[in-house]
Amino acid sequence: MFFLLATLAVAAAVGMLVSRSPVASALWLVLNLFCVAGLYLTLNASFIGVIQILVYAGAIMVLFLFVIMLLNLSALPQLEDIQWTQVAAFAVGVVILAQLLYVTALGLDVPIEPVSAETAAEVGDARLLGKELFTRYALHVEVAAILLLAATVGAVMLAQRRFD
Amino acid sequence: MEVALNWYLALGAVLFSIGTLGVLFKRNAIVVLMSVELMLNAVNLTLVAFSQSMGDPDGQLLVFFSIAVAAAEAAVGLAIVIAIFRSKVTVDINEINLFKH
Repeated sequence: MFFLLATLAVAAAVGMLVSRSPVASALWLVLNLFCVAGLYLTLNASFIGVIQILVYAGAIMVLFLFVIMLLNLSALPQLEDIQWTQVAAFAVGVVILAQLLYVTALGLDVPIEPVSAETAAEVGDARLLGKELFTRYALHVEVAAILLLAATVGAVMLAQRRFD
Repeated sequence: MEVALNWYLALGAVLFSIGTLGVLFKRNAIVVLMSVELMLNAVNLTLVAFSQSMGDPDGQLLVFFSIAVAAAEAAVGLAIVIAIFRSKVTVDINEINLFKH
Protein backbone atom coordinates (compact mmCIF):
# COMPACT_ATOMS: atom_id res chain seq x y z
CA MET A 1 0.00 0.00 0.00
CA PHE A 2 2.85 2.39 0.88
CA PHE A 3 4.68 1.84 -2.39
CA LEU A 4 1.51 2.26 -4.46
CA LEU A 5 0.68 5.58 -2.77
CA ALA A 6 4.31 6.74 -2.80
CA THR A 7 4.67 6.06 -6.54
CA LEU A 8 1.39 7.83 -7.23
CA ALA A 9 2.46 10.81 -5.07
CA VAL A 10 5.78 11.19 -6.88
CA ALA A 11 4.09 10.78 -10.27
CA ALA A 12 1.53 13.46 -9.37
CA ALA A 13 4.30 15.80 -8.20
CA VAL A 14 6.21 15.29 -11.46
CA GLY A 15 2.96 15.84 -13.37
CA MET A 16 2.53 19.15 -11.53
CA LEU A 17 6.08 20.12 -12.48
CA VAL A 18 5.82 19.31 -16.19
CA SER A 19 2.25 20.37 -17.03
CA ARG A 20 2.08 23.74 -18.73
CA SER A 21 -1.43 24.82 -17.80
CA PRO A 22 -1.83 26.09 -14.19
CA VAL A 23 -5.21 24.33 -13.84
CA ALA A 24 -3.60 20.97 -14.70
CA SER A 25 -0.82 21.73 -12.19
CA ALA A 26 -3.41 22.42 -9.49
CA LEU A 27 -5.29 19.18 -10.21
CA TRP A 28 -2.04 17.16 -10.12
CA LEU A 29 -1.25 18.76 -6.76
CA VAL A 30 -4.72 17.76 -5.46
CA LEU A 31 -3.94 14.14 -6.43
CA ASN A 32 -0.58 14.41 -4.66
CA LEU A 33 -2.22 15.78 -1.50
CA PHE A 34 -4.74 12.93 -1.49
CA CYS A 35 -1.90 10.40 -1.80
CA VAL A 36 -0.07 11.99 1.13
CA ALA A 37 -3.32 11.86 3.13
CA GLY A 38 -3.45 8.13 2.34
CA LEU A 39 0.16 7.81 3.54
CA TYR A 40 -0.84 9.46 6.84
CA LEU A 41 -3.51 6.77 7.17
CA THR A 42 -0.90 4.03 6.57
CA LEU A 43 1.05 5.61 9.44
CA ASN A 44 -2.10 5.32 11.64
CA ALA A 45 -2.24 9.14 11.86
CA SER A 46 -5.97 9.35 11.20
CA PHE A 47 -6.52 12.88 12.54
CA ILE A 48 -3.80 14.49 10.42
CA GLY A 49 -4.98 12.50 7.39
CA VAL A 50 -8.51 13.89 7.69
CA ILE A 51 -7.20 17.42 8.34
CA GLN A 52 -5.00 17.10 5.25
CA ILE A 53 -7.99 16.30 3.03
CA LEU A 54 -10.24 18.93 4.62
CA VAL A 55 -7.81 21.85 4.77
CA TYR A 56 -5.23 21.20 2.04
CA ALA A 57 -7.09 19.29 -0.67
CA GLY A 58 -10.34 21.03 0.20
CA ALA A 59 -9.88 24.64 1.26
CA ILE A 60 -6.40 25.64 0.04
CA MET A 61 -6.63 24.03 -3.39
CA VAL A 62 -10.12 25.45 -3.97
CA LEU A 63 -8.62 28.86 -3.18
CA PHE A 64 -5.87 28.27 -5.75
CA LEU A 65 -8.33 27.11 -8.42
CA PHE A 66 -10.59 30.10 -7.72
CA VAL A 67 -7.70 32.53 -8.21
CA ILE A 68 -6.64 30.77 -11.43
CA MET A 69 -10.19 31.05 -12.75
CA LEU A 70 -10.54 34.63 -11.52
CA LEU A 71 -7.38 35.77 -13.32
CA ASN A 72 -8.37 33.71 -16.40
CA LEU A 73 -4.84 32.38 -16.78
CA SER A 74 -3.62 30.34 -19.68
CA ALA A 75 -0.23 28.71 -20.07
CA LEU A 76 2.64 31.15 -20.38
CA PRO A 77 4.44 31.13 -23.73
CA GLN A 78 7.34 28.72 -23.96
CA LEU A 79 10.82 30.20 -23.80
CA GLU A 80 12.75 29.56 -26.99
CA ASP A 81 16.09 28.54 -25.58
CA ILE A 82 17.28 26.99 -22.37
CA GLN A 83 18.76 29.69 -20.17
CA TRP A 84 21.67 29.25 -17.84
CA THR A 85 19.41 29.98 -14.85
CA GLN A 86 17.36 26.89 -15.71
CA VAL A 87 20.48 24.73 -15.83
CA ALA A 88 21.56 26.16 -12.47
CA ALA A 89 18.08 25.53 -11.05
CA PHE A 90 18.18 21.91 -12.17
CA ALA A 91 21.64 21.46 -10.65
CA VAL A 92 20.48 22.95 -7.33
CA GLY A 93 17.47 20.63 -7.25
CA VAL A 94 19.57 17.54 -7.95
CA VAL A 95 22.14 18.53 -5.31
CA ILE A 96 19.41 19.02 -2.68
CA LEU A 97 17.88 15.64 -3.53
CA ALA A 98 21.28 13.94 -3.36
CA GLN A 99 22.02 15.52 0.03
CA LEU A 100 18.67 14.54 1.52
CA LEU A 101 18.84 10.97 0.23
CA TYR A 102 22.45 10.65 1.43
CA VAL A 103 21.46 11.69 4.95
CA THR A 104 18.53 9.28 4.85
CA ALA A 105 20.70 6.42 3.59
CA LEU A 106 23.30 7.05 6.31
CA GLY A 107 20.75 5.89 8.82
CA LEU A 108 20.00 7.61 12.06
CA ASP A 109 22.27 7.35 15.03
CA VAL A 110 19.40 8.44 17.26
CA PRO A 111 18.01 5.25 18.76
CA ILE A 112 14.32 5.03 17.92
CA GLU A 113 12.44 2.11 19.38
CA PRO A 114 9.57 1.39 17.00
CA VAL A 115 6.30 1.47 18.88
CA SER A 116 3.53 -1.04 18.36
CA ALA A 117 0.68 -0.39 15.93
CA GLU A 118 -1.77 -0.01 18.84
CA THR A 119 0.32 2.76 20.43
CA ALA A 120 0.73 4.45 17.05
CA ALA A 121 -3.03 4.37 16.43
CA GLU A 122 -3.58 5.81 19.91
CA VAL A 123 -1.06 8.61 19.29
CA GLY A 124 -2.63 9.49 15.92
CA ASP A 125 -6.14 9.54 17.36
CA ALA A 126 -8.08 12.81 17.50
CA ARG A 127 -8.90 12.29 21.20
CA LEU A 128 -5.30 12.42 22.43
CA LEU A 129 -4.27 15.17 20.00
CA GLY A 130 -7.28 17.28 20.95
CA LYS A 131 -6.53 16.89 24.63
CA GLU A 132 -2.93 17.99 24.08
CA LEU A 133 -4.02 20.91 21.88
CA PHE A 134 -6.37 22.37 24.46
CA THR A 135 -4.22 21.83 27.54
CA ARG A 136 -0.47 22.08 26.89
CA TYR A 137 -0.79 23.91 23.60
CA ALA A 138 -3.77 26.16 24.37
CA LEU A 139 -1.70 29.34 24.01
CA HIS A 140 -0.35 28.14 20.64
CA VAL A 141 -3.89 27.54 19.41
CA GLU A 142 -4.80 31.12 20.38
CA VAL A 143 -1.74 32.46 18.54
CA ALA A 144 -2.63 30.39 15.45
CA ALA A 145 -6.15 31.80 15.59
CA ILE A 146 -4.83 35.38 15.69
CA LEU A 147 -2.44 34.55 12.82
CA LEU A 148 -5.29 33.23 10.69
CA LEU A 149 -7.43 36.29 11.49
CA ALA A 150 -4.55 38.62 10.56
CA ALA A 151 -3.96 36.66 7.34
CA THR A 152 -7.65 36.88 6.43
CA VAL A 153 -7.79 40.63 7.01
CA GLY A 154 -4.48 41.13 5.20
CA ALA A 155 -5.57 39.05 2.21
CA VAL A 156 -8.81 41.01 1.87
CA MET A 157 -6.96 44.34 2.13
CA LEU A 158 -4.29 43.31 -0.39
CA ALA A 159 -6.75 41.96 -2.92
CA GLN A 160 -8.92 45.08 -2.66
CA ARG A 161 -6.48 47.93 -2.89
CA ARG A 162 -5.27 49.22 -6.22
CA PHE A 163 -1.63 50.10 -6.61
CA ASP A 164 -1.42 53.57 -8.14
CA MET B 1 4.33 0.38 11.18
CA GLU B 2 4.41 -1.83 8.10
CA VAL B 3 7.15 0.03 6.20
CA ALA B 4 10.47 1.21 7.59
CA LEU B 5 10.77 4.85 8.62
CA ASN B 6 13.54 5.45 6.06
CA TRP B 7 11.15 4.94 3.14
CA TYR B 8 8.93 7.74 4.41
CA LEU B 9 11.96 10.00 4.84
CA ALA B 10 13.14 9.19 1.31
CA LEU B 11 9.70 9.95 -0.11
CA GLY B 12 9.68 13.24 1.81
CA ALA B 13 13.11 14.06 0.35
CA VAL B 14 11.95 13.31 -3.21
CA LEU B 15 8.76 15.38 -2.85
CA PHE B 16 10.72 18.27 -1.29
CA SER B 17 13.21 18.24 -4.18
CA ILE B 18 10.41 18.24 -6.76
CA GLY B 19 8.90 21.22 -4.92
CA THR B 20 12.29 22.99 -5.00
CA LEU B 21 12.57 22.38 -8.73
CA GLY B 22 9.06 23.77 -9.17
CA VAL B 23 9.95 26.94 -7.25
CA LEU B 24 13.13 27.43 -9.29
CA PHE B 25 11.78 26.43 -12.72
CA LYS B 26 8.25 27.70 -12.98
CA ARG B 27 7.51 31.21 -14.21
CA ASN B 28 3.85 31.31 -13.19
CA ALA B 29 3.67 32.86 -9.70
CA ILE B 30 0.65 30.73 -8.75
CA VAL B 31 2.42 27.50 -9.70
CA VAL B 32 5.43 28.66 -7.65
CA LEU B 33 3.10 29.06 -4.64
CA MET B 34 1.74 25.55 -5.29
CA SER B 35 5.30 24.20 -5.32
CA VAL B 36 5.87 25.82 -1.93
CA GLU B 37 2.78 23.97 -0.68
CA LEU B 38 4.32 20.74 -2.03
CA MET B 39 7.53 21.41 -0.07
CA LEU B 40 5.57 22.12 3.13
CA ASN B 41 3.66 18.92 2.53
CA ALA B 42 6.86 16.87 2.21
CA VAL B 43 8.13 18.25 5.52
CA ASN B 44 4.78 17.47 7.16
CA LEU B 45 5.06 13.87 5.94
CA THR B 46 8.51 13.59 7.52
CA LEU B 47 7.24 15.04 10.81
CA VAL B 48 4.27 12.65 10.97
CA ALA B 49 6.49 9.65 10.12
CA PHE B 50 8.89 10.51 12.96
CA SER B 51 6.03 11.26 15.35
CA GLN B 52 4.30 7.94 14.68
CA SER B 53 7.48 5.87 14.83
CA MET B 54 8.45 7.41 18.17
CA GLY B 55 4.95 7.29 19.63
CA ASP B 56 5.08 10.99 20.47
CA PRO B 57 2.11 13.21 19.52
CA ASP B 58 4.13 16.48 19.51
CA GLY B 59 5.21 16.04 15.88
CA GLN B 60 1.61 15.80 14.74
CA LEU B 61 0.65 18.89 16.72
CA LEU B 62 3.49 20.72 14.96
CA VAL B 63 2.02 19.53 11.64
CA PHE B 64 -1.36 20.87 12.76
CA PHE B 65 0.11 24.35 13.29
CA SER B 66 2.17 24.06 10.10
CA ILE B 67 -1.03 23.43 8.12
CA ALA B 68 -2.60 26.52 9.75
CA VAL B 69 0.43 28.62 8.75
CA ALA B 70 0.35 27.14 5.23
CA ALA B 71 -3.28 28.19 4.88
CA ALA B 72 -2.42 31.75 5.98
CA GLU B 73 0.56 31.81 3.62
CA ALA B 74 -1.53 30.64 0.66
CA ALA B 75 -4.22 33.26 1.33
CA VAL B 76 -1.76 36.16 1.62
CA GLY B 77 0.36 34.92 -1.30
CA LEU B 78 -2.61 34.65 -3.62
CA ALA B 79 -3.84 38.09 -2.52
CA ILE B 80 -0.41 39.52 -3.45
CA VAL B 81 -0.59 37.76 -6.83
CA ILE B 82 -4.03 39.29 -7.45
CA ALA B 83 -2.77 42.75 -6.44
CA ILE B 84 0.22 42.46 -8.80
CA PHE B 85 -1.98 41.12 -11.60
CA ARG B 86 -4.20 44.21 -11.26
CA SER B 87 -1.30 46.57 -11.89
CA LYS B 88 0.93 44.54 -14.26
CA VAL B 89 -1.62 42.15 -15.93
CA THR B 90 0.81 39.26 -15.71
CA VAL B 91 1.78 36.51 -13.29
CA ASP B 92 5.11 35.79 -14.96
CA ILE B 93 7.70 36.21 -12.22
CA ASN B 94 10.28 37.31 -14.79
CA GLU B 95 8.09 40.30 -15.64
CA ILE B 96 7.41 41.26 -12.02
CA ASN B 97 10.32 43.53 -11.12
CA LEU B 98 8.72 46.34 -9.12
CA PHE B 99 11.76 46.70 -6.86
CA LYS B 100 14.37 46.46 -9.60
CA HIS B 101 14.20 49.99 -11.05
